[in-house]
Amino acid sequence: MSQSPAIELVGIDKKFGAVHANKNINLSVAKGSIHGIIGENGAGKSTLMSIIYGFYQADSGEIRVNGQPIAIRDSQTAIAAGIGMVHQHFMLVDNFTVLENVMLGAEGGALLAKGVSAARAELKRLEKDYGLEVDPDALIEELPVGLQQRVEILKALFRGAEILILDEPTGVLTPAEADHLFRILGVLRDQGKTVVLITHKLREIMAITDTVSVMRRGEMVATRKTAETTVGELAELMVGRRVLLRVEKGEAKPAGTMLSVRNLTVKDGRGVTMVDDVSFDVRAGEIVGIAGVAGNGQSELLEAIAGIRKPASGEILLDGQPIDRVDPARLRDLGLAHIPEDRHHMGLVLKFEEYENSVLGYHRDARYGRYGMLDLEAIRKDAMEKIEKYDIRPPNARLKTANFSGGNQQKIVVAREIERDPKMLLIGQPTRGVDIGAIEFIHRRIIEMRDAGKAILLVSVELDEIRALSDRILVMFAGHIVGEKTADAGEQTLGLMMAGIAA
Amino acid sequence: MSTASVPLPNWIAYGVIPLLNLLVAFLISGFVVWLIGENPLDALVLLLQGALGSGRGIGFTLFHATSFIFTGLSVAIAIHAGLFNIGSEGQAYIGGLGAALVALALDHYVPWYVTMPFAVIGAAVFGAAWAFIPAWLQAKRGSHVVITTIMFNFIAAALMVYLLVHVLIVPGKMAPETRTFLPGGQLPTLEWVMNLFGSKLEDAPLNVSFLIALVMAFLVWVLIWRTRLGYEMRTLGVSPTAAVYAGIPYARTVIVAMLLSGGLAGMMALNPVMGASARLQVEFVGGAGFVGIAVSLMGRNHPLGIVLAAILFGILYQGGAELSFDMPNITRDMIVVIQGLVILFAGALEYMFRPAFVRIYQTFAKV
Repeated sequence: MSQSPAIELVGIDKKFGAVHANKNINLSVAKGSIHGIIGENGAGKSTLMSIIYGFYQADSGEIRVNGQPIAIRDSQTAIAAGIGMVHQHFMLVDNFTVLENVMLGAEGGALLAKGVSAARAELKRLEKDYGLEVDPDALIEELPVGLQQRVEILKALFRGAEILILDEPTGVLTPAEADHLFRILGVLRDQGKTVVLITHKLREIMAITDTVSVMRRGEMVATRKTAETTVGELAELMVGRRVLLRVEKGEAKPAGTMLSVRNLTVKDGRGVTMVDDVSFDVRAGEIVGIAGVAGNGQSELLEAIAGIRKPASGEILLDGQPIDRVDPARLRDLGLAHIPEDRHHMGLVLKFEEYENSVLGYHRDARYGRYGMLDLEAIRKDAMEKIEKYDIRPPNARLKTANFSGGNQQKIVVAREIERDPKMLLIGQPTRGVDIGAIEFIHRRIIEMRDAGKAILLVSVELDEIRALSDRILVMFAGHIVGEKTADAGEQTLGLMMAGIAA
Repeated sequence: MSTASVPLPNWIAYGVIPLLNLLVAFLISGFVVWLIGENPLDALVLLLQGALGSGRGIGFTLFHATSFIFTGLSVAIAIHAGLFNIGSEGQAYIGGLGAALVALALDHYVPWYVTMPFAVIGAAVFGAAWAFIPAWLQAKRGSHVVITTIMFNFIAAALMVYLLVHVLIVPGKMAPETRTFLPGGQLPTLEWVMNLFGSKLEDAPLNVSFLIALVMAFLVWVLIWRTRLGYEMRTLGVSPTAAVYAGIPYARTVIVAMLLSGGLAGMMALNPVMGASARLQVEFVGGAGFVGIAVSLMGRNHPLGIVLAAILFGILYQGGAELSFDMPNITRDMIVVIQGLVILFAGALEYMFRPAFVRIYQTFAKV
């Protein structure tokens, strides 16, 4: 077929500081098709779509729409080129009506009356053509999420979008709403529109797309016809066969139960259940790894145990003592240390000097000062000792934390938490954005902690890391623990469990 | 890479750039003065002479600066905890009530140095109390402290007028003010300091509260950078999520920071009420609470910077008053324009020249 593709990307490259978000991406989306882009969180999908929609500028590379090279400087250009975007987080004015939202930015003159009647007529037509029924006079805040999303789609179509990009559209939808969305997308395709669907859910890809491209760590690793691929293959492509990290470790010698989680349910800020009736134990002297595609409740689970997020129901016991209503400061006293997933927003205060971060959370400790004062001398000495022991570079406790590299920042957190000699250690994404050398170092420290008889709960989206470190692996999917495997379980088995396919 | 994150040596960041900002503000002010037909250089000389040319001028300059140090510290402490306290004006006003009640109660019986500590406490407690309700609403209800403190400024103004007109007024008098405090309720002037330099204060009301302000500046520095509470406030101010992770209680820290902020604002009242007029008058704060925002901004929320910025604003106030006296063309409102320009360049546009300096610095640093 000689028809040029709706969107073609040639050699798109984008860096954010040290993070290489998109590496030389080539992609071709056929007109009148539904094209899925799948990959784990952080694989670079959203960055790529933001480049197409003009939020970011690519460092290099070319975008072609209908065969024509085009420079997309901002979303106006994208809209003019017929590209519409439905964001993961809706960009709607809550206390405007559907009609007002759809018109926003396309009012058609200083006075509204003419635009309103034109928009109303156009909305009627879109409703009829695509089966997108919404009451144009309803207030957004009174609509369920599924309908709000429909308004976003209408907004894009109203602006004449021929190419519709949906970023994680089903994240906030109930299964029934998601099914309805897919039917709408099918109608749109049949009417000749092009749909790009970004997701990390394999099931959706299989259900609706014609073609699927897989992204991993900023690279476009494969493109397949959906009909010719399998869930297994996609799962493997997504997770990838990475450089195998091997850590020398002996047999675990687990002792008594240290952490006990019973029927734990946790909701996020929107009230969506993220952890659903989860129970497990961690014994002293073992590492329990929680594997799963990001966004399946691991973060919320970790935060609930660390006292940062109040669980909706269930019980958490540390060494037999209930801790599900205990604040993080007290948990530290009880011997629970926590290396958080997000070191930039939780583990560290980037504007602080290094030594100030070396006591974050332990700053009330008597050894760092009495009578409400801080003993800066003692804190800096302590910080220098950790810097030496963990080879943090540059070895300068007075340097602003933001000026350390990712690996060294992570070492600051790891040193702080491990050197407290806790009974129980929670670890989230210990090596995200960390260079190979630091990864090895951090892994060795974690194994040493285990051998010293500490209980360790490890959450990581890096399957290799989970397999290299864990003595037992729990797989989390959609808020449930769908199974437990030993460390020698195959990558494919785990990958399928992570995708919610096999238990 | 954006130039905002490139580190510059301190002498450029805290020396050259602020001075340049100030210079530009004065250049544009000079242009405005020239537009209305006066000689800018003459105006500048008059301004500086009025503010610094005599013991009396310096006395007035430092008197104004005293108020600004208190309110500047008040704003800065809240900012370190991530709170924007716009209510220093109202907190200072209510603080005046606290100071005046102490002075009225004690001035018959004890000398000023016995009254003073109680007056400091009274002013601080009343100012803090006025900050408590917005603080509590922010901590427990999430009502934005900017909105509530603005509203509390209006409530404070209305309440004080009511009290002065109906309750505290001297029976039979027309002026809405309390009786004049006896010497036991007044803060003495710093005449002796001026005498040390062989100069005289004359009628300038520079008083002991200037020294209290300097002590408070030092204590604020200790609090912010040397205490656990200061550490917790700064953590909360820079990264609320890290504060949650570290187990720093949000509500308690917010309330304590706002109480300290309100207390410092309240202490500002010592200067005009007990130091200058020796009575509580309507609208004695006169905008010092709002100037405190500019002072804190310009002083980079650091006590030393705040003291320097407060003195600069003292110069503008005192010198400006003299200037409008000697050059009738330059009215009181023109002085406000000049102050506005200083705030604009030294505060709001503080980063305007930064990229240029970063480029220059990098060119030279590479060589």
